[in-house]
Amino acid sequence: MIKQQVSDDQTTAPVKLWKVSVSPHIKSSESVEKIMWTVVACLMPPLILSVFVFGIQTLFITAVSVVSCVVVEAVSQKALGRRVTIKDGSAVLTGLLLAFVIPPGVSPLLPILAAIFAIYIGKHLLGGIGYNFFNPALLGRAFLLASFPVAMTSAWLSPVEGFGIFSYLGTSIDAISTATPLAVMKEQGLAAFTEAFGSGAGLYTSFFLGWRPGCIGETSGLLLLLGGGYLLYRKYITYHIPVSILGTIAVLTWVFGGETYFRGDPLLALVTGGAILGAFFMATDYVTSPTTKISQIVYGICIGALTVLIRLKGGYPEGICYAILLMNPLSTVLDSWFKPKRFAPPQGGAE
Amino acid sequence: MLTFPKGGAHPPEFKEQTAGLSIEVMPVPDELELILGQHIGAPCTPTVARKEEINEGALVGEVKRGLGVPLHSPVTGKIKAIGTSAHPMRVTAPSLTIGVDHEADPVQYPEQDWQSFDGSELLQKVNDAGIIGVGGAGFPTHVKLNPPAGSPVDILLLNGAECEPYITSDHRQMLEHAAEIVGGAGIILKILGINECYIGIESNKQDAIKVMTAAAEQASTGDCSIKIETLQVKYPQGSEKQLIQAITGRKVPAMALPSAVGVVVQNVSTAKAIYDGVVYGKPLYEKVVTIAGKGINKPANLLLKVGTRIKDIVDYLGGLEPGLSKIIMGGPMMGFAVSSLDIPITKTTSAILFLTEDEIDTSPHSQCIRCGWCLEACPMGLEPKEIGIYVEANRAEDTEPFGVFDCFECGSCAYVCPAKRPLVQFVRLAKMKAKRP
Repeated sequence: MIKQQVSDDQTTAPVKLWKVSVSPHIKSSESVEKIMWTVVACLMPPLILSVFVFGIQTLFITAVSVVSCVVVEAVSQKALGRRVTIKDGSAVLTGLLLAFVIPPGVSPLLPILAAIFAIYIGKHLLGGIGYNFFNPALLGRAFLLASFPVAMTSAWLSPVEGFGIFSYLGTSIDAISTATPLAVMKEQGLAAFTEAFGSGAGLYTSFFLGWRPGCIGETSGLLLLLGGGYLLYRKYITYHIPVSILGTIAVLTWVFGGETYFRGDPLLALVTGGAILGAFFMATDYVTSPTTKISQIVYGICIGALTVLIRLKGGYPEGICYAILLMNPLSTVLDSWFKPKRFAPPQGGAE
Repeated sequence: MLTFPKGGAHPPEFKEQTAGLSIEVMPVPDELELILGQHIGAPCTPTVARKEEINEGALVGEVKRGLGVPLHSPVTGKIKAIGTSAHPMRVTAPSLTIGVDHEADPVQYPEQDWQSFDGSELLQKVNDAGIIGVGGAGFPTHVKLNPPAGSPVDILLLNGAECEPYITSDHRQMLEHAAEIVGGAGIILKILGINECYIGIESNKQDAIKVMTAAAEQASTGDCSIKIETLQVKYPQGSEKQLIQAITGRKVPAMALPSAVGVVVQNVSTAKAIYDGVVYGKPLYEKVVTIAGKGINKPANLLLKVGTRIKDIVDYLGGLEPGLSKIIMGGPMMGFAVSSLDIPITKTTSAILFLTEDEIDTSPHSQCIRCGWCLEACPMGLEPKEIGIYVEANRAEDTEPFGVFDCFECGSCAYVCPAKRPLVQFVRLAKMKAKRP
């Protein structure tokens, strides 16, 4: 091409040079952007459902959260002299996940503050994408839970009647707030729980589909499972972390969660308290989870065990948020314990 | 179908451009540039002087001490200069410039019955013919065929996997020279004094599998068995250690040669060269090279004289196409990007790719997101992400525990990396600074 240009017009110097770089010269079509935006897309169905469960203001809270995360990311990167990477979708995803783990009836101020804490302190001051060792969205939730404990544990809304998605607009949240299933169970016992939410197959179905009070995104186990299933199908995540978390929660709840041993309700434990959201979308965050398969299983089992411990013995009814945050910094430790198996060690020598 | 169990990647094959094109003999250009260091080991010392007239196949360089093979003139002509040539890896390298005499009669190589030679005579002929592993590594073949006494060899593998995208030169060799390749296998078996040979071919070359199976059946006798093994299409199936594991189940230990597990591996094109070298006494100075990519006017599989410059090939194939962005010697996964059309091909060149902007990856890399895909892709069970992070943090010397010296730079990790990180480049840097165990 250089030759051609030169021969066409001998007086012009060649303008375009060939590229020279280290192999490989071709790369797969996957990219960080593609992964992030795919996860964002997988979270759209539960978000849309939340509008029909809790009303149109969930969309507003989510939008505030996403926009604040993107703005904080851009400002942080500018301030720290780094390349602004808001187009990679990771800030959008953090904003979305942050909104998913706060109650639908909170003031829009809360997601803004959480975004600053999660993105600026939790992500960029720790080194930016790839180096943050806490899941930013959960860090945001933990920050809100510590700073606004009342709002974060009481601004729950009952599912709206029919398609009355505008019915909560203009009403005072205090007047309509309710409690989440696990909170009722924890604070008032099984009788109050059955009275409030019913029992039997109908209970599981309505919880699984999403009709009960809860955080914006944790309501519909079904839609979250579909999203998680798509991520598994695309091989963006593997089954190791979600299955070990959910399996551990189910088994330990069955053993210890009842009035006597082996009388707990594993199914209820899985469809409530954000277990599915946490297992498929939070704990599988690449940056803050381990990379080898064995460490992923150990990591998942620890998260599941901590979740059940917090739910049964701790002060919070849901538990998975802190369980994941506690395990996040141990990811690299687990990776250094469970290294990938080498092809073959040198002959006659230690590995 | 056989394959290695761990790691690997599935790059698109891109072989349709040249897979159907027969090997075409390119007319010899006016001048050849013969690089003196074509093999692993010490480069050749010229045995000719400037302005000396030489015949096709005449000895022009030899290695006096150390590992190496002799070098022969690909043409009848005259030594024009003993100087340096452009080189893809070393910028420049010592070379001979040969002016071609187009009037000279072609040299005849009479056929000999190789069965009449014994093993050591055959080995000497392989050495005299200047044969090296033409698949890419360039390891002197006679050394490989003379394994150390401590590690007895019982299996010969011929590598016809050709797992790199675009390249079809081995594929065409198998289709057009199946009998010679199988004959070469017979010669190697006799040299090694063994009787078991497997030829591994990826399942995307069904026509070659058919032709080779027929040839192998014909050549197999009571005391020597040559079998074709179909391999799954997966990169890097043609890597020596992975191929041995796929076919024999044996694992070559780190830092060891295949003979440590009783195996010798040769490329199918090397077997063809051995056949020519022994049966006809014809030294290795011609090479089948795939010329492909959207950046070349007419893709082809060319039979070239070693020393043919890229620019002569480009002229013969109708010039370059607009949009050409990268010229690669070898495959897109492990080949070298070259910066000059003056670079000549060597005995180990299997392809020259002319790739346009849309065929290569130019996206900038970002920070590691610790997705762990590189761990899954690494066929050696290494941790490319850690090596990259350490190198970026100026701690390249601490990367030995992550297995940097086991890495053969297949590029599977960098291929799958969603952050487009130059992991092979990080590994090369790490290898320079880390201490070997």
